[in-house]
Amino acid sequence: MALETRIYQKQRTLKIGTLLKASLQDMYQSRFLARQLAKRDITAQYRQSYLGIVWALITPIATAFVWIFLNSSGTIKLSDTGIPYPVYAFSGTLIWSVVVASINSPIQNTNAAKGILSKINFPKEALIVSGIYKLLFDSSIKVLLLVLFVFFYGVGFHWSLLLFPVAILGAILFGTTLGLFVTPMGLLYKDIGKIITFGMQFLMYVTPVVYAIPKSGMMQSIMTWNPITPIVLTARDLAVGLSPEYLTYFLVVLAVCVPLLFIGLVIYRISIPIIVERLSA
Amino acid sequence: MFDTQHIAASEEVLVKVEGLGKKFCKDLKTGLWYGVKDLVSGVRGSTQGSELRSKEFWAVKDVSFELRRGECLGLIGHNGAGKSTLLKILNGLINPDEGKVTIKGRVGALIELGAGFNPILSGRENIYNNGAVLGFSRHEIDEKLNAIIEFAELEEFIDMPVQHYSSGMKVRLGFAVAAQMEPDVLIIDEVLAVGDLGFILKCFKAIDTVLPNTAVIFVSHSMPMISRICNQIILLSKGKTEFQGENVSKGIDLYYNSFLTNEDSDVVFTDNSLELISATLENAKSDNGIYKINWGDTINLKCTIKNVNLNKTPFLSFAIYDKEQRSIAEIIPLKQITKEIEHNTEIEFLIEIKNINLSKGVYNITFSASETLSKNIFYKVHKAITFQVNHDLQIWNPYLIDSELKYVN
Repeated sequence: MALETRIYQKQRTLKIGTLLKASLQDMYQSRFLARQLAKRDITAQYRQSYLGIVWALITPIATAFVWIFLNSSGTIKLSDTGIPYPVYAFSGTLIWSVVVASINSPIQNTNAAKGILSKINFPKEALIVSGIYKLLFDSSIKVLLLVLFVFFYGVGFHWSLLLFPVAILGAILFGTTLGLFVTPMGLLYKDIGKIITFGMQFLMYVTPVVYAIPKSGMMQSIMTWNPITPIVLTARDLAVGLSPEYLTYFLVVLAVCVPLLFIGLVIYRISIPIIVERLSA
Repeated sequence: MFDTQHIAASEEVLVKVEGLGKKFCKDLKTGLWYGVKDLVSGVRGSTQGSELRSKEFWAVKDVSFELRRGECLGLIGHNGAGKSTLLKILNGLINPDEGKVTIKGRVGALIELGAGFNPILSGRENIYNNGAVLGFSRHEIDEKLNAIIEFAELEEFIDMPVQHYSSGMKVRLGFAVAAQMEPDVLIIDEVLAVGDLGFILKCFKAIDTVLPNTAVIFVSHSMPMISRICNQIILLSKGKTEFQGENVSKGIDLYYNSFLTNEDSDVVFTDNSLELISATLENAKSDNGIYKINWGDTINLKCTIKNVNLNKTPFLSFAIYDKEQRSIAEIIPLKQITKEIEHNTEIEFLIEIKNINLSKGVYNITFSASETLSKNIFYKVHKAITFQVNHDLQIWNPYLIDSELKYVN
């Protein structure tokens, strides 16, 4: 039987194709590891908590409540959203929380595995995939919650609701791609993680999460161009049965994300040994 | 490989290391910044020189070796000599800055036991976590589960959260999972130092069974373990190879000798009633303060003390320590007589120590003077004498008892 041969040396030539192929192969071969890691983290999380999933939902729900209150009490005046405002706000914050969680996922998962990264050689791609599994788990509960809201506020069932999970998958794809790109730097410097947390708070206000895009002005153009806008809007439109206005932009964003995700995976693969060296030196 | 396929499997080189070098940075911030630069150049795939940047040093430099199936390489050296860095490169965790490593076959690393454990989860669940990290499939773990639990001797506690395990139990569980690997190349780092004796013996038994079919790289500070399982040795010092070869005992001697620079004697107790002025071996040659004797020699130990305020001769006794500071023998000379002595005079004692059957190695003698055996100690000094026993055989027990065959029936 031929033995698998590995060669370790200073990387001199770079073939994206070879690296990507290796990356995807490792991803396939480590599917059990990825599932096991996700299962481990999810079980451990729930075993030591009574409220469990509530913690994943609390931020979007609280944010939505604040805005619903501000709106209903007349403290602020928001333009008409076309659907009951509570549904608008809830759907916005829930979708937003999926995007934020997806951006944070690669960096968080890699960071949490620092201990074994510097000790054991295993396919690092499994960390990314296990992150996606965990996102899928959390998101599916969020989706259920949103469906509950949609019916509770009398929006009713539309066939497009069945496509809503697809839009959420788009949100996860977008977030993970973005997260992958910042992970190498984020592992070296703690600042990156802080900047993301901080920046996302502001970014929410230039995305139609709790209010619609204004009809004119600078804010309108910022919000229109913001690549997260089509994700939030398309997902929401599908959930409540409106015709998705930003569908084209949404598809463009996803189409751009796919090659970027592959490039991100290659960069991740190259950078892990460099990072492990700096972490364990 | 190529045209050598007909040669026996034991001739197949599984690990080939050529001119390996790795640099590290002494300063964290600078190191992180170099990390960013390495990221950029890594992603761009640019060729970069291997010269040192400021604040960098070579953690490993110019290390080369080849290892075949069935061979075991011992890596020894002081703390910070580059052993663990070398292991990390071999394990593919970090990339070398110079040179090349070629490894064939499945690599198993016993560097960290129980990787992937989550303290909240039970031992059984963590077997799956750890197994997955080590590259097993679910099916393989299902099959080996019972063997693992049995090996770890944890049948009773397997469903208890790992956070309530003792550290020894965790290590046992970790090793039990790792022991299921069937590697072609096995990398072992110090992990066996923990755990109780029974478990260590079990580990060795497990390692012994894989040894003939595996190329093993073994890092340890325990020279007895090294001499027991290795047939090649590399002594690293500041990242460089100081000794390399199949003469394992020579490597171990060199390692021990490197500690001999600080062999100053060490007074651990005195009530100021006497002082040891000199202690020498009359019939042995001394080299740098170390007496060289041959196994089985009878030696004459001469001690000169200065009596400050004792009225009678003290009772002398000695203890022998090995290089790892383990007490291995007592010398209690017979026929000690009590004699009146005068204050502030020097007194000589000559003691004959017969047939030194200590095995090859370096030993220290501790000198103590007391009123009687085990009563009212006056003075005690460690490392009063350092001597080296020469013999052809390297064994890991402290004694090589004189024996011979009388007849065969």
